[in-house]
Amino acid sequence: MIFSILQAAPGGPLTPYLQNPHITQADIDRLSHNLGLDQPKYVQYFKWLWRVVQGDFGWSMSNSEPVTQAIVERLPATLELMGSAFTLSIGMGVLFGIVSAIRQYSWLDYLITTFAFFGQSMPVFWFALMLQLAFSVVGITAFGYHLALPSAGIATQDNFDLGDRIQHLIMPTIVLSLAFIAQYSRFMRSSMLEVIRTDYMRTAAAKGVSQRAVILKHGLKNALIPLVTVIALTLPGLFAGAVITETIFAWPGMGRLFINALGQFDFAVLMGYLVMVSFLVVFCNLLADICYAWLDPRVKYT
Amino acid sequence: MTAAVAAAGVPDDVVSVTSRTASLRRLRRDPAALIGAAIVVVVAVCALFAPLIARVDPNAQNLTATLLPPAWIAGGVHEHPLGTDNLGRDLLARIIWGSRVSAIVGLSVVAIGGTIGVTAGLVAGYRRGRVDAVIARITDVQLAFPLVLLAVAIVAVVGPGLWTVIAAIGLTSWVQYVRVVRAETMSLREREFIVAAEAAGAAPGRVVARHLLPNVASAAIVLGTFEIARAIVLESSLSFLGLGVPPTTPSWGGMLADGRQYLDTAWWTALFPGLAIMIAVMGVNLLGDGLRDALDPEMRA
Repeated sequence: MIFSILQAAPGGPLTPYLQNPHITQADIDRLSHNLGLDQPKYVQYFKWLWRVVQGDFGWSMSNSEPVTQAIVERLPATLELMGSAFTLSIGMGVLFGIVSAIRQYSWLDYLITTFAFFGQSMPVFWFALMLQLAFSVVGITAFGYHLALPSAGIATQDNFDLGDRIQHLIMPTIVLSLAFIAQYSRFMRSSMLEVIRTDYMRTAAAKGVSQRAVILKHGLKNALIPLVTVIALTLPGLFAGAVITETIFAWPGMGRLFINALGQFDFAVLMGYLVMVSFLVVFCNLLADICYAWLDPRVKYT
Repeated sequence: MTAAVAAAGVPDDVVSVTSRTASLRRLRRDPAALIGAAIVVVVAVCALFAPLIARVDPNAQNLTATLLPPAWIAGGVHEHPLGTDNLGRDLLARIIWGSRVSAIVGLSVVAIGGTIGVTAGLVAGYRRGRVDAVIARITDVQLAFPLVLLAVAIVAVVGPGLWTVIAAIGLTSWVQYVRVVRAETMSLREREFIVAAEAAGAAPGRVVARHLLPNVASAAIVLGTFEIARAIVLESSLSFLGLGVPPTTPSWGGMLADGRQYLDTAWWTALFPGLAIMIAVMGVNLLGDGLRDALDPEMRA
């Protein structure tokens, strides 16, 4: 499906050459023959598919390197960003959700609910710009410390420095997780509220289990079950968010590769990226299913 | 006011009160929903009457007055209450005009996605069988795929423009309706009134249009409201990436992209359009929450 849409596009990978007066029509024809572009579309598609199965996504026209290499080079940066954002989202989302469910209708609950509402309504890129404004352009002075965070890149120098890396990671991670923290905490809240009212929770409390243990051992595990579905459903959104976050923070990951490739009509990279992302999403869905079975013993895969 | 008090005195379970007026009454009692509705009305008025409200032309450049700060800050002038951008264009006028793009995109996307999605959901839920299997499979694939990225790719490849953006976002939004409407239809089709209509000899088309559609409408309307909010954010994201409407058309996302370059010298060029997006989206979301609670009290989260 992706393939057909991209192929139907005007322009094409040779567009940059067409505008160059030094390149004749004969050169173009030779180039398209060498690249196999003069063959019927379906032949191209199956050739492409066959190579993908073998792990070869083709050649990136704009970067002059194999697409597989371009993607693999940038994968760790993206995984670093997404991994930390994902961890933060789930951690904070679950925590906020539990707190506002236990203390329903308290000021803390209202605070979290309001925060979640803002988090869902705020455009990611605008939040990013405002953070950059506050922490990089202006810098915030609080308690005698001048807080300033780097606004771009993944590291200051090439050699590895953990503190420096973490400083670079803070803002992009917060930006990327905000919407997800909001979403997860809202969901966790309603799911926890439902669980709290069940009989087994009352039984556990009645037989003298401490409140903390009731919530964490009996409640949390059951309330997490529906959340796993939501997390799996929002994963594609995490990839999309990563693209925007990487663009704003000049993060050297796959998302920026994607955006650059868009500008250059570099189809091989676009296809490679989209296939890669689909693959990762499917893989994570599989993980979610496994989590299901672990959380809910009633689920049996036969 | 007296009407509200009188209405408040009537309990919800009075038989003579139809469910629609009960829903309206619940909505009127919800302060958050009222705020949301007010915001939506303001945005709608801005979009409809932009030429009358904005005192200056949103595209009038004035290169002698670029990057002027808002009026209340030293250096600002009263002619430009929110200041000017890098080409000396009035920010307030551009924000007012920008509401048009957001409104058009929001409504068109819901119209496209809603029509396709509700139809597909009704057919899948009512017909079951092979049709359902095919539709369910397509939605599964779409849900697992980062559609936003596909929308970005489509717009970039086909070329930016208002209708490309609408089509691309619309394409990503119909799946949600299918999911909700299909599930709803599945449970409704076993109910007595549907079975009765079928027994009375109503054609399938009539059952769907006259008996099923009105009953799934409230769920679809609630979803549609949230989809408007999503479309507005998505449109501004696309414009921000330079893949939205042409730069001459004022749009909130486009303004943010322009303002981004002047973040360190002229923060207001990025702050205000972003605030506009956030307030508009929040208004729609608040209204959506209110509608959900009012139309379907059991769905309350």
